[in-house]
Amino acid sequence: MPKLALMLSPADMPPAPAAGSGTTEGPSLFCRAAGLSLAALARLLSGSSVRWIASQPDTCQRVYFANHTSHLDAIVIWSSLPQTVRELTRPVAAKDYWQRGIVRRWLAEEVFNAILIDRTDIKVHQSPIDLMLREIGATKSLIVFPEGSRSVSGEIGEFKSGLYYLARKRPEIELVPVHIDNLNRVLPRGEFLPVPLLSCISFGPPLWLERGEAKVDFLDRARRAVLALKE
Amino acid sequence: MNDIRTIALIAGVLGLLALATAIGQFLERHPDRGLDPAAVNTFNLRLRGWWIMCTVLAAAFWLGTTATVVLFGLVSFWALREFITLTPTRKGDHRALFWVFFLFTPLHYVLVGLNRYDVFSVFLPVYATLFVLARVAFAGDYKRFLERTAKIQAGLVVCVYCLSFAPALLKIPITGATVGGNFRLLFFLILLVQFADCMQYVWSRMLGRRLVAAAVSSNRTWEGLLGSATSTALLAAVLWWAAPPFEPWQAALAGFVVALMGFAGGMTMSAIKRDRGVKDYGTLVVGHGGVLDRIDSICFAAPVFYHMTQLFAGVGSP
Repeated sequence: MPKLALMLSPADMPPAPAAGSGTTEGPSLFCRAAGLSLAALARLLSGSSVRWIASQPDTCQRVYFANHTSHLDAIVIWSSLPQTVRELTRPVAAKDYWQRGIVRRWLAEEVFNAILIDRTDIKVHQSPIDLMLREIGATKSLIVFPEGSRSVSGEIGEFKSGLYYLARKRPEIELVPVHIDNLNRVLPRGEFLPVPLLSCISFGPPLWLERGEAKVDFLDRARRAVLALKE
Repeated sequence: MNDIRTIALIAGVLGLLALATAIGQFLERHPDRGLDPAAVNTFNLRLRGWWIMCTVLAAAFWLGTTATVVLFGLVSFWALREFITLTPTRKGDHRALFWVFFLFTPLHYVLVGLNRYDVFSVFLPVYATLFVLARVAFAGDYKRFLERTAKIQAGLVVCVYCLSFAPALLKIPITGATVGGNFRLLFFLILLVQFADCMQYVWSRMLGRRLVAAAVSSNRTWEGLLGSATSTALLAAVLWWAAPPFEPWQAALAGFVVALMGFAGGMTMSAIKRDRGVKDYGTLVVGHGGVLDRIDSICFAAPVFYHMTQLFAGVGSP
């Protein structure tokens, strides 16, 4: 029941070392080493070059939002961040996929320190947004994919409203658009063996929710910010 | 004797590179000399590429034959990566591509390393081609079938098969030559190809009138081709002592053919790039050097140089 454990963690306090449970704080040396080598492997396999366009890596609290093309997306974005930023950044991933099997669960929970979201069972009083905000506290950053699932056609689909609610509840967090190019050819939907083509990760300038900006306008602006990085 | 030749060749090339670098730096510092700053910049970038090439080759030579074969294998792998990234593929090609990258390319280089000329000369052109055709058919997507399989095959032949003839030079048994002699042969090939590239540029600028194909390349002329082939033949004849099995006239002939093939390689890659609307493979993915841009001429020149060496060394004939 890991989901339950997450929900019962103290909501209002910033994350303090939880005495007793000991599983949530500070990944073990082995997991950190695994994380480092997996990040290196992912970058090698995806041949990803990283660009920061009118933007700089920073340890301030951020939400990186990207187009979703492949299962590799989260780990490749995560691995293209500098080490100091990476340690503070948690990918948001689908629970139905990442909790299947021991290896996946270990990767998601211990190595990437992912926040797993239940896509099939979203409750009103326990929204994924609240869960994410509670998990990142006042220091951590997030990697999210506002399209919700991987696009089939390669086009960037409409954004789901989660990003808007994140921005409304924490308007001071920087929202950084990320564009992922060619990773869908490295590992397309339904394949499990990668083809080592070259891909490109572009980080754009941060944006914020404007005062009184409507949900549709904001989501459209965020989507166009990702598209603009495509060139 | 062999060692003196190797040292002379390397010292000569390093001396020339140092001289050229000094001139390039001087021109960059004094932009008022009336030279095109863009040309100076291209020249300096080229020089940097040659320094890297020389350093890597020197390291590989020092580590031995196997290391050199592995090095060329890695270059092939990277070039094929750039090639396939540039050419659009469909999802039905995915599994075929996986085996091309992780089975056929490494296995081909293992065969080259084992000097199994009888197997590696047909392995990629016949068996990999048949596999790709069948695997794509099994994947069930028949849209533009021949076009898609031809792309993969062209990538394999140019980036992997042709380039592998360069390290295969190290394995040709040449009477009276040591391993150092075979290394000189490989170095000789790369030197000639780079020199031909350079001369093509110089002659095209000085005398270039008739473009070979304006739509494909705006600076490759017939005058450049002829000038580069003649100059390269001359250089090869002068350096004949460095390449073990060659008489001066044979070296000149090899130089001439290498220049022609290098030119053809440049034209071919230009055509592909034009079709895909990019200037070079390096700009395709920002931050990557564009390996394919550097090796296109070597890919085309290596097989013919290999076979000429075999012929003049009297190897392989019944």
